[in-house]
Amino acid sequence: MVTVLYLFIMKLKKVVELLNAKVITGGNRLEDEVSFGFASDLLSDVLTVDSENLLLITGMANLQAIRTADMAEISCVVFVRDKKMTPEMAELASENGLVTIESAFSMFLAIAALHDGGLKPVY
Amino acid sequence: MLFKYEVEGGNFSKAGFASGEIKKILKQINIDAKIIRRVVVALYEGEVNVVAHAVRGTVVADIDDKQIYIRIEDEGPGIKDIALAMKEGYSTASEKVREMGFGAGMGLANIKKNADWLNLSSKVGEGTVLEMKTFF
Repeated sequence: MVTVLYLFIMKLKKVVELLNAKVITGGNRLEDEVSFGFASDLLSDVLTVDSENLLLITGMANLQAIRTADMAEISCVVFVRDKKMTPEMAELASENGLVTIESAFSMFLAIAALHDGGLKPVY
Repeated sequence: MLFKYEVEGGNFSKAGFASGEIKKILKQINIDAKIIRRVVVALYEGEVNVVAHAVRGTVVADIDDKQIYIRIEDEGPGIKDIALAMKEGYSTASEKVREMGFGAGMGLANIKKNADWLNLSSKVGEGTVLEMKTFF
């Protein structure tokens, strides 16, 4: 028997569209794809997730959220609840090639929209 | 190759600088991305611990073709009960640290998970030394 696993993929431009979001850094990488979503304001939790093609949804708008994403190899971070990135955050995100997005949606609404769109949970 | 970085206690804006630099170096020498991730997540957790708890600290990384050895040494309050500190969920972090998204008592356990070898020693009132190795 042959088992074929289909990996769901969502382009980042679709993420932007679903979340009615504003791209802050990495606007040239919206054709990149993600498969999984993880949402947390607790960065310690984010650092325990070991998953590729991961999108992070957080309301923790600080430099450490950018550092955490960089260390955990997360290529796209969505800041929800209308949290705004600081210029320092944007600079660090650009330096590390991260795509960062701001959305006015609540975390719950953002997760619901992305899940309805097909994005998978890590666990 | 030996690299050394200073870590400033309490300064969250610089937490992760050493990890970022080590990540660049490991990428340059073509270490597998999954191994890099394990190394820098553990190092970053260690840096955050110094920033969160200590007055100052240093990170020394020694990289050869087989492994990376990292030593994080700090001047600070030290750890009273290492076995308890290693337990997931145990934390003595301040409210300020928690507001930054850390201090949930996950750090040391996550370091242990991501390192191939770990040694933690501490003197109360003096400081803590965390050593770890990851094999390539």
